[in-house]
Amino acid sequence: MADNEENKKGKASTNEEGVDPTRRRFIKNTGFVIGGVAGGSLLGGLFTSQGSKKDEVKEDDSAKATPTEARMFFERYEDFVVLEQATERILPKDDSGPGAIELGVPYYIDKQMAGTWGINGTDYRQGPFVTKEPTIDQSSLTRGQIMISGIRKMNEESKKRFDVSFDEAEEDQQIEILTAFESSEIKMYGANAGSFFGLLRELTIEGAYSDPLYGGNRDMAGWKMKEFPGAVPSYGDIIEQEEFVKKDPVSLTSYQQKS
Amino acid sequence: MANDNKTKNPSGDGVDPTRRKFLKNTGIALGGVAGGSLLGGLLVSQSENKNDSSSKDDKAQAPRTRGREFFARYEDFLVLAAATELIFPKDDNGPGAIDLDVPYFIDKQLAGTWGVNDDDYRQGPFDEKKVKEAADTANHARANRGQLFIDGLRSMNAESKKRFDVTFDEATEEEQGEIMTDLETGKLKMKTLPSDGFFELLKQATLQGAFSDPLYGGNKNMDGWRMKEFPGARASYADVIEEEDFVELEPVSLTDYQQNI
Amino acid sequence: MAEELEKVDAVIVGTGWAGGIAAAELTKAGHKVVALERGKAQSREDFIGAKDELKYSIRYHMMQDLSKDTVTTRSSRKDVARPVRNNSRARMGNDTGGASAHWNGVSFRWMPYDFEIYSKTVEKYGKDKIPKNSRIQDWGITYDEIEPYYDKYEKTTGVSAEENPIGPWRSDEYPNPRMKSTPSIDLFKKAGESLGYHPYHLPSGNMSEQYTNPDGETINACVYCAFCEEHGCDFGAKADPIVTVLETANKTGNFEIRNESTVTEVVHDGSKATGLKYIDNLTGKEYIQPADIVVLAGFVFTNNKLLLKSKIGEPYDPETETGVIGRNFTGHFSNISTYIGARGFFNDKKFNLAMGAGSLGATLDDFSGDNIDHSDLDFLHGYEIRYYHLGKRPIANNDVPEGTPAWGKEYKEKNLFYHNRNILVRAKVAFLPNRYTYLDLDPTYKDELGDPLLRVTVEYQEDDIKRAQHGVDTCEEIVKEMGADIIDRVDVDDNAEFDHMFYTNHFIGGAIMGEDPKTSAVNRYSQMWDMENLFVLGGSSFPHVSSHDPTETIGAFAYLSSEGMIDYLKGDGGLLIEPKEKKEA
Repeated sequence: MADNEENKKGKASTNEEGVDPTRRRFIKNTGFVIGGVAGGSLLGGLFTSQGSKKDEVKEDDSAKATPTEARMFFERYEDFVVLEQATERILPKDDSGPGAIELGVPYYIDKQMAGTWGINGTDYRQGPFVTKEPTIDQSSLTRGQIMISGIRKMNEESKKRFDVSFDEAEEDQQIEILTAFESSEIKMYGANAGSFFGLLRELTIEGAYSDPLYGGNRDMAGWKMKEFPGAVPSYGDIIEQEEFVKKDPVSLTSYQQKS
Repeated sequence: MANDNKTKNPSGDGVDPTRRKFLKNTGIALGGVAGGSLLGGLLVSQSENKNDSSSKDDKAQAPRTRGREFFARYEDFLVLAAATELIFPKDDNGPGAIDLDVPYFIDKQLAGTWGVNDDDYRQGPFDEKKVKEAADTANHARANRGQLFIDGLRSMNAESKKRFDVTFDEATEEEQGEIMTDLETGKLKMKTLPSDGFFELLKQATLQGAFSDPLYGGNKNMDGWRMKEFPGARASYADVIEEEDFVELEPVSLTDYQQNI
Repeated sequence: MAEELEKVDAVIVGTGWAGGIAAAELTKAGHKVVALERGKAQSREDFIGAKDELKYSIRYHMMQDLSKDTVTTRSSRKDVARPVRNNSRARMGNDTGGASAHWNGVSFRWMPYDFEIYSKTVEKYGKDKIPKNSRIQDWGITYDEIEPYYDKYEKTTGVSAEENPIGPWRSDEYPNPRMKSTPSIDLFKKAGESLGYHPYHLPSGNMSEQYTNPDGETINACVYCAFCEEHGCDFGAKADPIVTVLETANKTGNFEIRNESTVTEVVHDGSKATGLKYIDNLTGKEYIQPADIVVLAGFVFTNNKLLLKSKIGEPYDPETETGVIGRNFTGHFSNISTYIGARGFFNDKKFNLAMGAGSLGATLDDFSGDNIDHSDLDFLHGYEIRYYHLGKRPIANNDVPEGTPAWGKEYKEKNLFYHNRNILVRAKVAFLPNRYTYLDLDPTYKDELGDPLLRVTVEYQEDDIKRAQHGVDTCEEIVKEMGADIIDRVDVDDNAEFDHMFYTNHFIGGAIMGEDPKTSAVNRYSQMWDMENLFVLGGSSFPHVSSHDPTETIGAFAYLSSEGMIDYLKGDGGLLIEPKEKKEA
């Protein structure tokens, strides 16, 4: 993954927490040799945000960093960056406000896939299942499995068409692939591609507009741009007003009782 | 619930800060059914401590995970909080379960796959009463972990009301300790499993909440790790492992450790 | 083996409106009652602070756990039915209070025409007017006879409403004034009036004022917080069984709710029911609860499945048209009722659409029942036109004008711009019973306990589609009059088929009431013709679904039925009303 190209497509920089941003220094300090096994998994993902300068981690960093912004479900970073780019194309950053990445949508999806939704916890799960290009609902795969299948297919398709991984592809190229999924032109394992795209789109919208409790809608910015006030206890005194009423949104963290 | 003094008010957030004004504006009269649910709970977090000097900073600090996903009833959550604090109390070494957000960690766990025993074998017959090792009984109950927690916490609360005429979270530490000891020794009556099995489950979840990565909603500020002098997800010890002295390292969370964009 | 418990006077399946009303009435009369509820214990405390759209509306926290039991569906007799696997296609209630805890509160009476639909149609238009496959039939009761029970239900639940200018007669006024209005509601009403229609505020189970009902239960005033549908009320301000009838039953000391109790069978000796067999979900233990009368007050699917599984009544066969259990299944199906109409986008008007309540809005009845002349129309019955001010929560509401891409830059821009600038006027359309729309047991799919799932077969008829299309036309006319800049029809295709959605929760029939045991399972008291101490309550007993929401009618019949049960327990048994053989079908 190319670190220095990351601001290209509106990638959010959550990496301001005082950790060492460069891979090189890490490798140097810890004495790993460049090349060898490192080329595969080690350099491929894991370490860029991990600094070695212990004194650089400041006391108040953890308060600023949102603890939900680490991965529970997506083990491969490569999968996660594809997810990021796909959600950002669905809900891009623009003048009206942040896009999917800045809203924390990919981390929201990560949590959903790691939870009961990802394993179809309360769904009816007895066969026989539909075997030929099933919709998400009728597939024998769980949503988590379909997510991995779809994301990897997206990446594979990008490599095939453009010789570059999906997250590295140009915006137009990414949109071309997403459109091919949306119209079910692409065949993928486990589900109809259009139905998979529907899941991805739905999760993106959920991540933008659900309570921040679930890891998306960072700083309630999704609600702010939609002018939705969140968990407001009462509108009894203003509902009859003629004018549009602007309110600062309220999250469940503020609304629910605290111990 | 007389927990108002414990209440933190993370933010005003533009909502009416006083309960009285809220009730007045919306025309809900005091009395009537309001005594039960309406005044009993909800508005506490938006009320009363508008002068709380910490409210400004709290907004930044209150992790977003401090909302309840699993526990719908506040009373259940208060019992949970008190019980975890009893197991892992605040002391000179550092924060206890509540300050570490352990109750919120457990809330997230029960709302997730663990709460519904997703990866477990779940076919009967179930024979939780015959299991010898207390730590294993919860695995052999027909009720899932979420249901066991509700049953266990409500049994503890009911016992407290019966013995001491006060909810578990309002009971004195000695009184709470008495019930906890009964729970631990299997003497508290529960519907879903022998109470020592629930104690083990509760204790396990409490410790997990204190020491797991903050990603899961507990171990707030990595203070659990700090107390334990555990450095978290450090990439490498290759350059320090040979040192003679104990090496103190600032902990690293997965949020920092995993590649971020 | 199942442990047999001590006998009670009555045992009830379910704690929604039907079961709750029966419980309140029976216990007030001094009878010992046990209610068996499949879901968890639920009280007001469970709803405090519950303004969580994702958990409740998108992940369906209050709905049935489909991993244990669901239904299969098909849109033609020729298809293989597939199971409803996820709650995004169903909203079947669960837990104490059932669907009545997370309902919206819309509280309509049905029309005199509904109860005598067959006779009134034949009288006015002749027999030939009835479409070939239609199986409309009279209910064996008239509006005048059920009216006092509507009144009783309205007083129990504090319905907040203004009078329907063209509605049926009422013996008394509504117990509470109508809900507040908003600029967009006013706009809808004005447009309706200028077109010559008769709009009025939706009759509401959210309280316009704090209210104490005749049983002494208090319901708070609604604060228009907009977390109503699919949520329990944060403030005890929505009439639900938990704050009213279940509380009333509890106070008598004669009532017990057993939660986490899944009923598996009606135990009977062929002529009388002796009790209910159930499993404690938490322990797996099996019990039999014996009782003098047995009341099935579950959702339509639960009632029908229990009857079929317990082998009570003859199962309906669409080919031979024999049998009764499963016949006349109807409902408000998403794609030809409820979620159709016209959406108006306003470029210069911005409304406070985040605010609202479950039954805040306005409606008009000019096209309901036989309020329009059907002489030149190729359908019977009609639809209600509604503008709903539910409160637009942000995950569920992302409407953009037609032609906008479904994602990306333009989508986001329009989505945000129009979020508070678009309104949907909908047609809530009646669905009339037909020969091929019915319930039976699925041959393939099984529930958690290894029993067959209930199978739902729904075949839309041409007249159903025509009725719905007429409704969309009227919606479009009104939205135009409201001055919308862009109008999109949410339309019904000529070839529309059942979309396997059970989203409205308004599903009706299968164990229907009537006068003739050949074409009905129960009488007006919901008493089974074939088993006199078994009462099957709720939407399952209605021979068809009207254009309006069914809840109040379920409540009214639950009151009538409770009277019958009390009489039955007093007397020496027997049918509460004698059957009448129909002269000719």
